[in-house]
Amino acid sequence: MLSLDFLDDVRRMNRRQLYYQVLNFGMIVSSALMIWKGLMVITGSESPIVVVLSGSMEPAFHRGDLLFLTNRVEDPIRVGEIVVFRIEGREIPIVHRVLKIHEKQNGHIKFLTKGDNNAVDDRGLYKQGQHWLEKKDVVGRARGFVPYIGIVTILMNDYPKFKYAVLFLLGLFVLVHRE
Amino acid sequence: MFFFHSLPLFALSPTLAYVICQKDFTGPRERSDLGFITFDIKNIFDWNVKQLFLYLSAEYSTKNNALNQVVLWDKIVLRGDNPRLLLKDMKTKYFFFDDGNGLKGNRNVTLTLSWNVVPNAGILPLVTGSGHVSVPFPDTYEITKSY
Repeated sequence: MLSLDFLDDVRRMNRRQLYYQVLNFGMIVSSALMIWKGLMVITGSESPIVVVLSGSMEPAFHRGDLLFLTNRVEDPIRVGEIVVFRIEGREIPIVHRVLKIHEKQNGHIKFLTKGDNNAVDDRGLYKQGQHWLEKKDVVGRARGFVPYIGIVTILMNDYPKFKYAVLFLLGLFVLVHRE
Repeated sequence: MFFFHSLPLFALSPTLAYVICQKDFTGPRERSDLGFITFDIKNIFDWNVKQLFLYLSAEYSTKNNALNQVVLWDKIVLRGDNPRLLLKDMKTKYFFFDDGNGLKGNRNVTLTLSWNVVPNAGILPLVTGSGHVSVPFPDTYEITKSY
């Protein structure tokens, strides 16, 4: 039976092999972190990949779609672009389209957004008294996307038990797997 | 990936344009210029993607702001829908409020039609159609109409 084979393997591993496996695991985690940080540098965005959480951009994006963002300063914000932004004081990023921009000579820009699937613009979502968004509110511009894949992240968020189960299985697999 | 079966072409003709000045009830409460434009759109391109997000935007310069862009109208065209549009006498979908009073007498308001291509998966390009149309606003406020 599968479970008995696993236990046998664990017993056979001696201490040194266990440390080796733990180091291996550490390497994988570090590499993943480095790739993520590298993406942050290349794209200029603090969050280069985000999951769409609501249906306000349907039928283009649905809950669970994955978006790839860039946030280069040289790319000016223009109408029609899909921006991911955070409202001051709120954690959850919002993915909507730029509806209106007013840019001064010195480059300072204020803009308004609206979800494709919403009837009205986002002024109701902004802070009390806030009429415009500014560059500092932007996390990134959506440049590409992949459908469905982000559902895993949403599931892990909504069902913490699922998240722990996934992490536990991953950890177990890496520790027990012999090369 | 996506391919245009033929060059994207469209014909855009504004038919009426005037400005009034009033409190911007969509947000900032200052009195700003509110522009009204009606237009015709005709497009004749074919495509093969999940969705096209079409939008008509007005671009202009004012004393207050070096660059202003306002989306006046948009439409989602889904794969399978008839891609040929013939729209006449369209009113702007969104309020054309300026940030200030820069619409009155503005001779250089440029209308362009652009679209965001949404593939089934992949890059999300933003394409601007070639050919813009200029809409000159009159030098005085329209006193016979209000909102």
